[in-house]
Amino acid sequence: MESFKFIRANDPRGAITSMTGGGAKIIAGGTNLVDLMKLNIERPAQLIDINGLKMQTIETLPNGTIKIGALVKNSDLAYHPLIMKNFPVLSEALLSGASAQLRNMATVGGNLLQRTRCPYFYDTAAPCNKRVPGSGCSAIDGYNRNNAVLGTSKYCIATHPSDMCVAMAALGAVIHVQGPAGPREIPFADFHLLPAQTPQYETTLKHDELITSVDIPPIPYAIRSHYLKVRDRASYEFALASAAVILDINGGRIKDARIALGGVGTKPWRSKLAEKVLTGAAANEQSYRTAAEAALSEAKPYKHNAFKIELAKRTLVHALTTVGGMS
Amino acid sequence: MNEVVGKPIDRVDGRLKVTGKATYSAEYFPKNMVYGVLVLSTIAKGRIKNIDSRQAERAPGFVGIMSYKNSMSLHFPQSSDPGSGKFAEKDLLPMQNDRIFYDGQAVAVVMAETFEQAEHAASLVKIGYEIEKPAIKLEENLSTKYKPVSGLGGAKIQVSRGVADAALQTSEVKFEQTYTTPVYHHNAMEPHATVAEWNGDKLMVYDATQSVAGSKNLLSSMLGVPPDKVNVTALYIGGGFGSKGFSWPNTVLTAMAAKQVNRPVKLALARQQMFTTAGRRSQTIQKISFGATSAGKLNAIKHDTTSESSFVDEFVEQAGVATSIIYSCPNVEVSHSLVRLNRGTPCPTRAPGEAPGTYALEVAMDELAFELKMDPVQLRLVNYADTDEDKKKQFSSKSLIECYRRGAEAIGWSQRNPQPRSMREGNYLVGYGMATATYPANRSASSAKAILYADGHAEIMCATQDIGTGTYTVMTQAAADAFGLPVEKIQVKLGNSEYPKGANSGGSQVTASVGPAIRAAALGVLEKLKKMAILDNTSPLHGHKEEDIVASDGRIHLKDNADRGETYTQLLNRQGLQKVEALAKTNVSTRQQTESNPAAAGSADAAAEEESKTNPAVQEDEHVDRKPYTFHSFGAQFVKVLVDPVLNTVKVDKAVAVMDIGKVMNIKLAKNQIMGGMIFGIGMALMEETAYDPNNGRVVTRDLAQYLVPVNADMPQLEVQFIDVPDPYISPIGARGIGEIGITGITVAINNAIYHATGKRVRDLPVTLDKLI
Repeated sequence: MESFKFIRANDPRGAITSMTGGGAKIIAGGTNLVDLMKLNIERPAQLIDINGLKMQTIETLPNGTIKIGALVKNSDLAYHPLIMKNFPVLSEALLSGASAQLRNMATVGGNLLQRTRCPYFYDTAAPCNKRVPGSGCSAIDGYNRNNAVLGTSKYCIATHPSDMCVAMAALGAVIHVQGPAGPREIPFADFHLLPAQTPQYETTLKHDELITSVDIPPIPYAIRSHYLKVRDRASYEFALASAAVILDINGGRIKDARIALGGVGTKPWRSKLAEKVLTGAAANEQSYRTAAEAALSEAKPYKHNAFKIELAKRTLVHALTTVGGMS
Repeated sequence: MNEVVGKPIDRVDGRLKVTGKATYSAEYFPKNMVYGVLVLSTIAKGRIKNIDSRQAERAPGFVGIMSYKNSMSLHFPQSSDPGSGKFAEKDLLPMQNDRIFYDGQAVAVVMAETFEQAEHAASLVKIGYEIEKPAIKLEENLSTKYKPVSGLGGAKIQVSRGVADAALQTSEVKFEQTYTTPVYHHNAMEPHATVAEWNGDKLMVYDATQSVAGSKNLLSSMLGVPPDKVNVTALYIGGGFGSKGFSWPNTVLTAMAAKQVNRPVKLALARQQMFTTAGRRSQTIQKISFGATSAGKLNAIKHDTTSESSFVDEFVEQAGVATSIIYSCPNVEVSHSLVRLNRGTPCPTRAPGEAPGTYALEVAMDELAFELKMDPVQLRLVNYADTDEDKKKQFSSKSLIECYRRGAEAIGWSQRNPQPRSMREGNYLVGYGMATATYPANRSASSAKAILYADGHAEIMCATQDIGTGTYTVMTQAAADAFGLPVEKIQVKLGNSEYPKGANSGGSQVTASVGPAIRAAALGVLEKLKKMAILDNTSPLHGHKEEDIVASDGRIHLKDNADRGETYTQLLNRQGLQKVEALAKTNVSTRQQTESNPAAAGSADAAAEEESKTNPAVQEDEHVDRKPYTFHSFGAQFVKVLVDPVLNTVKVDKAVAVMDIGKVMNIKLAKNQIMGGMIFGIGMALMEETAYDPNNGRVVTRDLAQYLVPVNADMPQLEVQFIDVPDPYISPIGARGIGEIGITGITVAINNAIYHATGKRVRDLPVTLDKLI
């Protein structure tokens, strides 16, 4: 680890001002950043502790939107009665991630900025375009069993690791940020970037912007939703494939569907292709299968991860069947 | 008398451990100590071209850097046996030249005032390499394979009886399959760690090791320091599983670094470093061939293993060693080949040989059972070995049939529908599987010292170690019974090379080896007490015969009249003695030199040997005729799995082990040990695997986020039973070792259960869900 300065921000303005020069990183739960600093993957000159800022509440706005403060802990969000009742997909996604101890520390804002667990990203002796732009990708021709099959480029095939973000993508959450020029909103779909030629850039958040909240618009039918995660051990492991499913079913027909996949994409993977298949279709296995085929139709396998395509399809069908069965 | 051996007493060191007061090797802080951090090679083969440490030297807190350019010269070690010390890289003394043989090889030690400073400075060292093309994959280097002459400690690894090939040809039923296992890493919770301090020409070392005596011998011979100037201490060890049985470069490098900067140095491996320079289980390719009658009687078995080792030492994963005795069969051929790869050296890993070996053999047995439409238990009973057909000896004791029976009952085997993919519970496919567990009952020479104090408490000293298994506790029990004292009055001291040499903590042998030595030392003290009392004309036992006097409850007294006698304290006080001590060495080995015995070399403790000549307990123990017997433990393991038919996730629902390990010293600890083995096996069966980069040979799965071990949520209901009948020949205590057998059947049983559940046979470990799609 390199030496760094540590300061505490008293208000959002102060945090933003401290970030303007560059080289600084926000620290909230620290569950990912500290690990990366220990391994010399992140080398911030300065850490700005924002845990003193007032962003720890979950509130319902007059229009029904749920506003989740950026510093809300993953466990507090997962067990919030409103979330458990109205957005089971989000609660389940959060509880399937990490361990109880980590969830007690990790924040919602931090979770959005979680970095990939691609083993080559973690190994400073290995080329990695995400860590050292231009150095090459070790995973493409290397050991890539856990890497992505959707949204990859010839520069990077690292998965986005978050479970929460998969549910948030399906929910169409809106991220509120504050920068030197004031606040702005970023729709969830526009927040994370595909690796393309610049995998080092992972989000559209600017270096001097602070995430203040994540807002979930009212989706009455999200009460029928589910997050299914498949992995190599029963707990404390990232997804090989996961699916967030929200279905609005009426009279055996799907009125609206929101589908997102995890463990297979280079970003939390909202599948408009699957949603298109499902919208207006009968709520039956045939539709689910067609949707799963559509969701993975653009998937590109690598040497060790081709199984993820079939696994993701099965995971999605399984999740759709679980939710569809509830109608 | 009320015996303590067999009682489920709590761990005597439990409180220390849960309150953080048990000091592990990295927890010593000698005055003026500096922190050392290893710099490892990032290429798998080649030479170091240059080492640029200019930036590191300017880093805050920098104290020094050691590499082949400035390190002291080392001598080749004099021992190559784990019992007296085995250095893991016999052909590559660390930091003596510029050659690189594997990725992750130690190339420099950077020292600084704090750990963080040392880490930082080490990250600034730039090494330039001349890269050569490494041998990376086993499958791609099979053309270089050769047959090693022998295994660890001279073990016989090419076995042949009868005419296996000819018998195979003429057998009614022929079966042949190939099974593969990946590299596994031990991943003990405690990393390899050393603190080294020189005081003049004396070297004090705290070392996380499974052999304080071995570590001391190696440091002495490699550094060229007389043995009596070196002390190695390891009071508590956070698991070893074999990885701390050999000595790795980190230990001697710490001592070299401390000499160089003339200050104590602490060096602990980071988890990532444990994946390259601290051992591993070899990858194996195993071909099993059976010839049998249609009734399932085996007529021929061939077990051919190809494993891999490094270019700096030869370690053979002896996967076939159990095959020659596990079943009755007239024609057996066991062979082992090796391929050298540019990887760090492999070493014993919990049930070395047996764990991957029984996997292949017992999956093959399961396949044969299905082919013959036989119950897998029945197939094993048909081929039951009443004797050791390889050495033509009796087993000292064997209750395997009873293990099968009890295990089958505990898992509910009778409800099993033999048809694969026929059983369901809710949405899940249900599968039942079983296998035989097996591990040799090793016993080797051990010495111990016992001291009885006038205040009525006793001390035991032995240079063996408790690697987390409960050795302190069971040895306290053994000493309590021998002394006739309550456990509270016994203090067992282990893990210091100053003490009489005990067995190394490998090969499941400590309980069987050290227990009798401690018992004999304690009885030696009591013999001295009896002699004293007989000669003491104020003693109630004055003038009586030694054979008429016995000890119990802290007293010596007449066998026929317990009232006539006195307490140890009374006698010692009257004699004006503060203590009476005795040394004992039990020079017993259950295995021949040509066999794999991780501690073939006993102790060279002249004083203990001399005193033992007149110790009746030693004499009696050593005069047992063990030649007619093979000492071996067996057990049966049964599991029930639930498999999701769509997602192919496997959940072990229940796992049962019934073990015959002779006398159970402490049922709580024994269950603990077997459960630990079973958990190890669940990892081996379902998720653990070390992946190497196919292009440069670097370990990819280099931390516990990438190398998966099972978590609580993966745990089934675990049930452990013991036959608990003392082995009449192994020792006066009758206990055999228990550290490794727990893993030997479980991995296979899970595999067999998955086949039963799904109808899909996977012959490549681990059985991850992608292989079941």
